[in-house]
Amino acid sequence: MTVPFLKIEQLAQRFPSPDRGGEPLTVFENVSFGIEKGEFVCIIGHSGCGKSTIMNVLAGLAEPTEGVVVMDGQEVKGPSLERGVVFQNYSLLPWLSALRNVTFAVQARHPDWPKDKVKAHSYRFLELVGLTGGAERRKPSQLSGGMRQRVSIARAFAIEPKLLLLDEPFGALDALTRGSIQDELLRIWRGSGLTVFMITHDVDEALYLADRVLLMTNGPYARVAESVEVGIPRPRSRDQIVEHPNYYKARNHLVHFLARRSKELAGREHATASGQPETVRFADPGDDSPGGEGADPSQPALRAVNQ
Amino acid sequence: MQTFNGLSLGIRSVIVSIAILLVTLGVWELSISSGGASAELTEYELLTGGGAPKAGVPPPSEVFVKAWEQLSDPFYDAGPNDKGIGIQIGHSLYRVLAGYFLAAAIAIPLGFLIGMSPLMYRALDPFIQIMKPISPLAWMPLALFVIQDSQASAIFVIFICSIWPMLINTAFGVAGVRQDWVNVARTHELGTFKTAFTVILPAAAPTILTGMRISIGIAWLVIVAAEMLVGGTGIGYYVWNEWNNLDLTSVIFSIIMIGLVGMVLDAVFGLVQRQVQYSE
Ligand SMILES: Nc1ncnc2c1ncn2[C@@H]1O[C@H](COP(=O)(O)OP(=O)(O)OP(=O)(O)O)[C@@H](O)[C@H]1O
Ligand SMILES: [Mg+2]
Repeated sequence: MTVPFLKIEQLAQRFPSPDRGGEPLTVFENVSFGIEKGEFVCIIGHSGCGKSTIMNVLAGLAEPTEGVVVMDGQEVKGPSLERGVVFQNYSLLPWLSALRNVTFAVQARHPDWPKDKVKAHSYRFLELVGLTGGAERRKPSQLSGGMRQRVSIARAFAIEPKLLLLDEPFGALDALTRGSIQDELLRIWRGSGLTVFMITHDVDEALYLADRVLLMTNGPYARVAESVEVGIPRPRSRDQIVEHPNYYKARNHLVHFLARRSKELAGREHATASGQPETVRFADPGDDSPGGEGADPSQPALRAVNQ
Repeated sequence: MQTFNGLSLGIRSVIVSIAILLVTLGVWELSISSGGASAELTEYELLTGGGAPKAGVPPPSEVFVKAWEQLSDPFYDAGPNDKGIGIQIGHSLYRVLAGYFLAAAIAIPLGFLIGMSPLMYRALDPFIQIMKPISPLAWMPLALFVIQDSQASAIFVIFICSIWPMLINTAFGVAGVRQDWVNVARTHELGTFKTAFTVILPAAAPTILTGMRISIGIAWLVIVAAEMLVGGTGIGYYVWNEWNNLDLTSVIFSIIMIGLVGMVLDAVFGLVQRQVQYSE
């Protein structure tokens, strides 16, 4: 087995909690997984299970209590411009215009570039997310939520990182805007060789975007229990994807996991020694052998299909 | 009435302001000219051994004449006790700005360090809390004794009174910068100085400017009292001197000038504040 591009090994994060008589709060433990170069991976889990905490560790913003993260053969020991981050709340600097928010990042990446080159480069990425023609001169407070998210994505793309980390980037957007920015994200990602790690709450979003979906059990002592291979060929389109036989198998599996098994599997006693998630792969179309075990079609969807 | 209500709020408020001004001036003018010189001595005049012919409160018309006279030649200099209002205000402004910018030069960098370090924030808090409520004038004897110079002592008093709001607001603003923005700086591998200047400073600027605006207001309040104590020059000394001359017309005129200069100072800082303001 070759070493993956991003390797997470035996990660654990514990926070001191004074109100528990000194016993620390273990958010997650024994988290190990790998991500291949160019892969698009989503992670799903209930609120509070520690997804953002994992992402902060991957970004280098937080230090894990135990374990290591290795990217491209190098241990992650702090934030780096090799890892672009799109924060849950966009985190644009409100005193700068949309354009200046992007040039801020480009300047940091290329301190030796002249001003006009920085500007041209920034413009190119704002154009990519469809944010030019006057809007780039506005402050974030004068932009809609969707436009802010585009700026935030343009900022992350403009530094041309090797790994893109997205924390529920579309959570606050309406279904229509979400759909169009998802498509933009896929368009930019395709052929760029970029590796994407994205947190989401939305099962359909994960199935539309990801190659693989990681499933987290509930905290405390959360872990990544399963790795579901979506197995739907690209390019995907929203209306055809639902006709693919894997789609409902995968969807049922995810919904069922969130509704029931994330709770059943919670706790330390279910942990495996290696911490590696169990791989779930669905059978080829036409093949009737059971693949998505435990799928229960009667389970209600957690979220409506967003179209 | 109908047409009045049809006007914009801005115009209506100006009309009402002018009306209040005219009524006040009218009542003032009438009450003094009818009371006249033959009025009995007030208790205050008795207490101050008054009853001198010039001791009555002048009507606004006299103040206007005085203002015209003074403002048409604000920079005349006829000896230590007779200088134009412009020169006096100039002296006061010099002291205020010198003390103020000295304070800013120390308070803002220090406030930055305090705000960035939770340890220093807590450690210095008791000292700041004790120093803050001390009337700046209480420092005056100590300042005169140590510095041995009245001009520098006045500047020191301004320094000490304007430092606290700037220090506290800077520390508060810096400590309250959203962790998200600091994380943006970190993910872009900005160094400490770059982070301080490109992220923390603009983020905390509105709070810092609020502190600076409070400070300049306090400094201008304090300079009048300080100059009454140290004497020599300045608008505070001028008020006190004219009171000793029992020239109440000049006293009222200078009171109005103090108000106007204070208003201009505040407006300038208000303008700067608006430049650095941002909405999330
Ligand atoms: N700095 C911290 N100190 C103490 N506890 C923390 C800290 N940061 C996070 N936690 C705890 O860790 C747990 C996981 O938080 P995290 O933000 O990672 O959840 P999440 O999976 O991202 O949730 P959501 O989907 O709602 O964003 C929570 O119980 C939270 O209270
Ligand atoms: Mg989160």
